[in-house]
Amino acid sequence: MRKLISPAIAGRPRLSPGAQALRFWHRHKWSYFFVAPSMILFSVFIFYPVLQAFVLAFQKVDLRGGKWVGLKNFVDVFASPLFRASMQHTLLYALFVVLAWITTSMIVAALIQPLSNKLQALFRGAFYLPNVTSVIIISLVWIWIFEPDYGFFNYLLSLVGIPRVLWLQNPDIALWSIVLSTVLIVPGSGVVLYSAAIGSIPRDYYEAAEVEGASWAAKLIHITFPLLKPTTLYLSVIYTIAGFQIFERVYIMTGGGPINSTMTIVQLVFQTAFSDFNYGRASAEALILFAIIAIFSFIQFKFLSTDVEY
Amino acid sequence: METQSPQTVVASTSPRFTLDRLQRVLPRLVTYVLLILIAAISLFPLYWLFNTALTPATSTVKLPPDVIPANATLQNFVDIWRLPGLGKLRIGGEPTGIVMSRMLLWFLNTLFIAAFSTGVHLLFDSMAGYAFAKRKFPGSNLFFYLILAALMIPGQVTLVPLYIMMTKLRFINSYVGVILPGLADVIGIFLLKQYIQTLPRELEEAARMDGASEWQTYARIIVPLSAPAMGVTAIFAFQRYWNAFLWPLVILQSPDLFTLQVGLSFIHTSEFGTNYGLLMAGAALAAVPMIIFFFAFQKYFMQGLRIGAVKG
Repeated sequence: MRKLISPAIAGRPRLSPGAQALRFWHRHKWSYFFVAPSMILFSVFIFYPVLQAFVLAFQKVDLRGGKWVGLKNFVDVFASPLFRASMQHTLLYALFVVLAWITTSMIVAALIQPLSNKLQALFRGAFYLPNVTSVIIISLVWIWIFEPDYGFFNYLLSLVGIPRVLWLQNPDIALWSIVLSTVLIVPGSGVVLYSAAIGSIPRDYYEAAEVEGASWAAKLIHITFPLLKPTTLYLSVIYTIAGFQIFERVYIMTGGGPINSTMTIVQLVFQTAFSDFNYGRASAEALILFAIIAIFSFIQFKFLSTDVEY
Repeated sequence: METQSPQTVVASTSPRFTLDRLQRVLPRLVTYVLLILIAAISLFPLYWLFNTALTPATSTVKLPPDVIPANATLQNFVDIWRLPGLGKLRIGGEPTGIVMSRMLLWFLNTLFIAAFSTGVHLLFDSMAGYAFAKRKFPGSNLFFYLILAALMIPGQVTLVPLYIMMTKLRFINSYVGVILPGLADVIGIFLLKQYIQTLPRELEEAARMDGASEWQTYARIIVPLSAPAMGVTAIFAFQRYWNAFLWPLVILQSPDLFTLQVGLSFIHTSEFGTNYGLLMAGAALAAVPMIIFFFAFQKYFMQGLRIGAVKG
């Protein structure tokens, strides 16, 4: 190996390995000092636990330690009707929420675009406001709105003569009530980001289209939608991830019931871990969720990626 | 031309009014009506929260409901202060002799956890952001990509391993257990790195030539200049800790140690769970600080959202 050292390097005064290390240390010690706290935190509280999750998923675990069981946890999870039901509920929830959130936030952003800057800011603030409070608080309000006897929704229905609906107590309806509670609040992030994106589309694109006699719909389909694609991609990915991770709403509003009709994957992970104390199986469920989120993000990048520049 | 349309007649008789004008005003009118309607639906749960919180308990369970708080009262807020019982303030895990309303206790607990964690975030995130933005060192790219990769890992994956770790370290039911794992969060590092990159290199070089140490360059030059990004980071961190639920729920067991969010879910499952006036008053107390926060720093919220989206 010695022979391979180039003359340029060989020409420099040769330092002993110790001296080289010392010089390296003196040159970079402050850089490592600055990143050390974050790197240590990430290693201990994210990277190590992720590896640990892969280990736990192949073990039968109690607090004393684990015993290897191979693929048993995954086999059990996939064979479980409850897991399949949770998966179905989570997929339905995510699908409807992503579609509704993307649509409503785009519509709202398009509607506020022609307004004055002051009014735009006012509406953006109004739409963002419900998003600053916790999901717990909003979910508690929804329980009250959905309350069978004195809740606001059944009161509204009674005005038009519809008998009361058991929004959260009827297993056929409960999941849709949770979807409804989510989609009725327009996501502020979508409004703000779409509004910024629409604002940065050059006016002359539309003017040119008008000269050509393009209709309102044609402008929307051929100019607005394509140029909003990067924003749509970003939002649909983060909303899909958020949708798949639905937990707090379910935990507070129904606890996964009635008769598991609103059980979602994270609610199931939570119960498997902290009611059944089956840590191995809970890890397997969480890793399957992880894989699904990764697959969906990948698909969205595949279909929505674009190299539009303007 | 006996089939002349009525519009033309009207338009020709009073050109300054009616259809011509209507055509210009109508789209704008429809826009306003639609926007106000959608905003009203979006804001309704928040409105209903405060409406119910201000309604006397006896009027909550009646039909029709009061759509505006007709007999507004603060009684629910007085009751929520009293009903979940009293608790002892703990400092460093040890109960002190100080006894107070649990609601106040939860408020102080949440404030402490959120403020402390936000402070630590500002220090560590600005240090790392500075190193990644301005300093070349072996491994910097690898480290940064590792941290970005952590973004893709859903919190549920690390939930069980972290719980086992905290159990082994005996951090269950303690604030150390609540705070420590949350500190590994990428947003602040990313925001600060992006911002510090835009600061001119000459400033640091000038400081070094004046004989400032590496730490002084960071503390006296970089930190003050990145105040706007620090503000955005602080707001996002504080909001995250204030609204956190799953992890505190898993870690905290004694009601005296609960945060507001965990405390609210505790009241919800308690004997007062169907006293909606009371529940909404508690929820309102937890919501108001974030709402005030939002109105005070709205600009930063929007900025953070856009910087956050750039990474996507």
